[in-house]
Amino acid sequence: MAFDSFSAFMVMEGHGPYVWSCYAAFFLLMIGLMVWSLRRRKAAIEACRRGYEFQAGRQDASASAASFTRVKVSQD
Amino acid sequence: MWQFFHKLGSPKWFFGIATRLMPWLLAGGILLLMAGIVWGLAFAPKDYLQGNSYRIIFIHVPTAFLAQSVYVMMAVAAVVTLVWRMKLADVFVKSVAPVGLVLTFLSLFTGAVWGKPTWGTWWVWDARLTSMLILLFLYGGVIALDRAINDEKSAARAVAVLVLVGVVNIPIIQYSVEWWNTLHQPSTFKLTEKPSMPAEMWVPLLLSVLGLYLLFGWLACLRMQTEILLREQRTRWVKDYVLAGRG
Repeated sequence: MAFDSFSAFMVMEGHGPYVWSCYAAFFLLMIGLMVWSLRRRKAAIEACRRGYEFQAGRQDASASAASFTRVKVSQD
Repeated sequence: MWQFFHKLGSPKWFFGIATRLMPWLLAGGILLLMAGIVWGLAFAPKDYLQGNSYRIIFIHVPTAFLAQSVYVMMAVAAVVTLVWRMKLADVFVKSVAPVGLVLTFLSLFTGAVWGKPTWGTWWVWDARLTSMLILLFLYGGVIALDRAINDEKSAARAVAVLVLVGVVNIPIIQYSVEWWNTLHQPSTFKLTEKPSMPAEMWVPLLLSVLGLYLLFGWLACLRMQTEILLREQRTRWVKDYVLAGRG
């Protein structure tokens, strides 16, 4: 260990605020970047899935529109 | 060789390889980075001249190193885009530009905060700092240009040209500390010489550089996969992949 105690480690002989703000910025931005990238990939998969479902739904709709169904109508 | 080259251009092939590589890149990256940082923060001896503020080096050098190295990789990919029209190269440039932007910002930020106790100022308009700021603007320009052009192919070509024009900045950053008088200290790692630091300082630094490299690899794979999914969503394999993941 380069430091005698935990408080000495935090203070770093007066350089603590400089050192710790750098590390805070680093972790904040890197973790943010990682989480953002993971969420983007999830959102992309979700968007594709919805696209396919929409397409499938439209195909069903057009299929039923083109087919004949026997409807009983009173002839009187 | 050519078959390998051809395969490398196939988004589907890359997607599979990336999926297999990513857990290793993430685990290795976090492990090395944390080892380097903990070692550097708590165990490395303090600098005789700068005191403890020098401990910022364990994130300043990795981010600055990666920021430049990512740009060089983008430039190589830009050549591939222009010469061979390989789709994957363009996907790479587009996916990693925001990562490069964040890394450049972090190296500038940590540099400024380190400069205050060491030089007595947050910022000076000298060669190293200014050329690094230009790198930040180049990354921003690449992202903005790509978003401004709707057509995928025109965007790819315009971005590739911008990246190649900007690559002239990289040797300027690299040699700025030798060509001009600057407050910035010379490079810690040189290919031809042994580091001027003792091993207890440069080994953790090397660990955190390698760790950040691996972490960048993970981010690049992840972001490229996202881009590939969006671009190839009309293909059979993406449809199978997406629908299989659902159940």
